[in-house]
Amino acid sequence: MQYAILCYNSEATISAWTKEEDDACMTRLAVVQDSLIQRGKLGPVARLLPTTTATTLRKDHEPPLVIDGPFAETKEQLLGFYVVDAESLDEALDIARDLGRANPGGSYEIRPIGLYHPDPRRP
Amino acid sequence: MTDIAWIEAALTAARPRAVSALLRYFRDLDIAEEAFQEASLKALTKWMENGPPRDPTAWLIFVGRNAAIDGVRRQGKFTDLPDEEALSDDSDAEAEMADRLDSADYRDDILRLLFICCHPDLPNTQQIALALRIVSGLTVGQISRAFLVSEAAMEQRITRAKRRVANADVPFETPNAVDRAERLGIVATMLYLIFNEGYSAAGEQDGRAALCDEAIRLARLLLGLFQAEPELMGLMALMLLQRARMPARFDALGNVILLDEQDRSQWDRKMIAEGLALVDKAMRHRTPGPYQVQAAIAALHARASTPAATDWPQIDLLYATLEQMQPSPVVTLNRAVAAAKVSGPATALAMIEPLGAELSGYFYFFGLKGNLLKQLGRKGEARVAFDRAIALAGSTAEAAHIRSQLDQL
Repeated sequence: MQYAILCYNSEATISAWTKEEDDACMTRLAVVQDSLIQRGKLGPVARLLPTTTATTLRKDHEPPLVIDGPFAETKEQLLGFYVVDAESLDEALDIARDLGRANPGGSYEIRPIGLYHPDPRRP
Repeated sequence: MTDIAWIEAALTAARPRAVSALLRYFRDLDIAEEAFQEASLKALTKWMENGPPRDPTAWLIFVGRNAAIDGVRRQGKFTDLPDEEALSDDSDAEAEMADRLDSADYRDDILRLLFICCHPDLPNTQQIALALRIVSGLTVGQISRAFLVSEAAMEQRITRAKRRVANADVPFETPNAVDRAERLGIVATMLYLIFNEGYSAAGEQDGRAALCDEAIRLARLLLGLFQAEPELMGLMALMLLQRARMPARFDALGNVILLDEQDRSQWDRKMIAEGLALVDKAMRHRTPGPYQVQAAIAALHARASTPAATDWPQIDLLYATLEQMQPSPVVTLNRAVAAAKVSGPATALAMIEPLGAELSGYFYFFGLKGNLLKQLGRKGEARVAFDRAIALAGSTAEAAHIRSQLDQL
């Protein structure tokens, strides 16, 4: 089963990190990701730019409304995601725990993927 | 992670919102700052013991409010609040108090706090120092190092500035749309001043470079609260695109490296991506302003993989637009740089020659003039202009750059 691990955290806190802290976190995460890659568990990974760069298209209007900013104003923001292959929810949670030890704070939402098209540009 | 680094980052992140909300309650800058200070001290012990609260900002506001309230209760304005023992140990209480904070208030709170620092009686340097102290929470030591003055002198400067704003009429009523737009404009100018204070520093090693990041952080906070302001997007993009180039701006000796000669692989791609995304977003509004135009110019530089790939005709047009929006000899001077690339040094020289009187004390004027004269083969006149530029150079790096041009004559 494929799972999306959606990363939520306070954007304000993350952007208060120094560059060194940010780099150190990315280095720790790379170690976990390398191990996942070696075990064939890791799919696409994305870190999203800050929510200030987001634009929302509200489709419940005709024509759809374009709104500056993220879909929802929340205390913690969606900052990125991983796609992982796991045998069970337990395994997906284990992977999330490993990632969480490298990048503490905030929450991961573990969400099974229903339909998955691999990147068609990279067969 | 509830280690010190996390707590410090959370306190830094929460500070502008917390202090500005406390200022709304107490209407006194000193009380608001002290309240935040006390709440931060309590956070250090409480968060270490119990883990971070769900909403650190709300926690700090409520605990700070409680801490300061005793001192002002005599005035009879405030009612009791639950004490922080109950708040920090009970997540339901925290959720409740977070809900009681109207997030819409934050917008005007933070704008007010930044706006107070922009008091028109304060000279620019004091506005910046005050904002860095109160809003960002930098220590007096950090600020004094950024301004290359002694800590005592900076302490005095900030105290004086604080006294002045304390005596001023602080607008606590909710601003109307016109006031809000005007304040946003004034605050944006101040943020760009902070940025430029850092940008003029000599390289990453210079502590002042951190001011650029602080300006970007505050602008991002403001843009998060005012999501649909194209000029704020423009300012944010402009700062990001300029900041992205900083690692390539100086050589190992601290000498300036001009845009044409910079190693573009050292440009920060992530900042450029964010800057370009914001320029795109701003353009969609079709309400151009000076920051958006400057950001668009910076974006054209950022998009060029080599100096030769730069879209100079478009940059020339954008500077012409900026000249109309914000006529100034410095803008014309910048336009002349683009004009020299598009139409040649003679056109550019004709463009800047009328500026001689106004820019007679301006380093860049003589730097560019010398460069254009050099390109035209007018060596003697070029030498005179370069000599003048060296005399006006604000840093050894600037002077060294001109000397290297002189050597090529």
